Amino acid sequence: MASKRCAAVDETICVACGACEKACPLGVIKVYKGCFAKVTKDRCVGCGKCEKVCPANSIQMESRVNV
Amino acid sequence: MKAKKKHWYDYLWIWSIIYFSLGFFNILFAWLGMIDFLLPIMLAVFGGNKFFCNHLCGRGQLYCKVGGDLKCSRNRPTPKWMASKWFRYGFLIFFFAMFGNMVFQTALVANGAGNLREAIKLFWTFRIPWGWTYSGSIFPDWVAQFSFGFYSLMLTSLLIGLIVMIFFKPRTWCAFCPMGTMTQAICKLRNKARKQIEE
Repeated sequence: MASKRCAAVDETICVACGACEKACPLGVIKVYKGCFAKVTKDRCVGCGKCEKVCPANSIQMESRVNV
Repeated sequence: MKAKKKHWYDYLWIWSIIYFSLGFFNILFAWLGMIDFLLPIMLAVFGGNKFFCNHLCGRGQLYCKVGGDLKCSRNRPTPKWMASKWFRYGFLIFFFAMFGNMVFQTALVANGAGNLREAIKLFWTFRIPWGWTYSGSIFPDWVAQFSFGFYSLMLTSLLIGLIVMIFFKPRTWCAFCPMGTMTQAICKLRNKARKQIEE
């Protein structure tokens, strides 16, 4: 069953440091070609670990209804 | 949940500690820091990625260890302006201007127009005697001058990173790290160029 929320990256402010990639327990967030982080939304469980470590505050947890 | 597999590069935070420790014994080891300068640029230019920031940056890992695992960070959100474009690029310009100044000082010593100063400068302001780490070598004086200048730059940036780590999130330094900003800009330009070619 899909979780109620999932991570969403604001690509305009992401610094592509990869902290989220390291924090994600499922490996569903990856830095795309050194530009910004990308989330595989259907596999994200919405644990919020990436949001917690992001130094640029570019990750927010979104309700799946809005995705 | 399966634990993530550890790689050799997950331990590079140890390298960071070794690097900064070596600078207390022999300043010439500061040259090893050039790896941290050249490797990210090469990976961005030729590989089009930020593999260095994402996996090989010992400094970022060190902030995670100290701020996260050792709980030395207050884990507050980074102020918005710190991750804003104007601040990131402004800091990049300032950092490289200071780097250029350091190279100029080295050139003066190389040309005999300046004397070797056995000191490091913290935060580009405070001069600290560091003479015990150098007592002559087979290399010309400019090699040591560059070492003192470069180590100053590395130590200053480490301290800035540690300060923001304490007040904000462990990897807050990454939000405005000059190397990170530059490599991301290179990657974005590369991708833009590639897209234009494909269209």
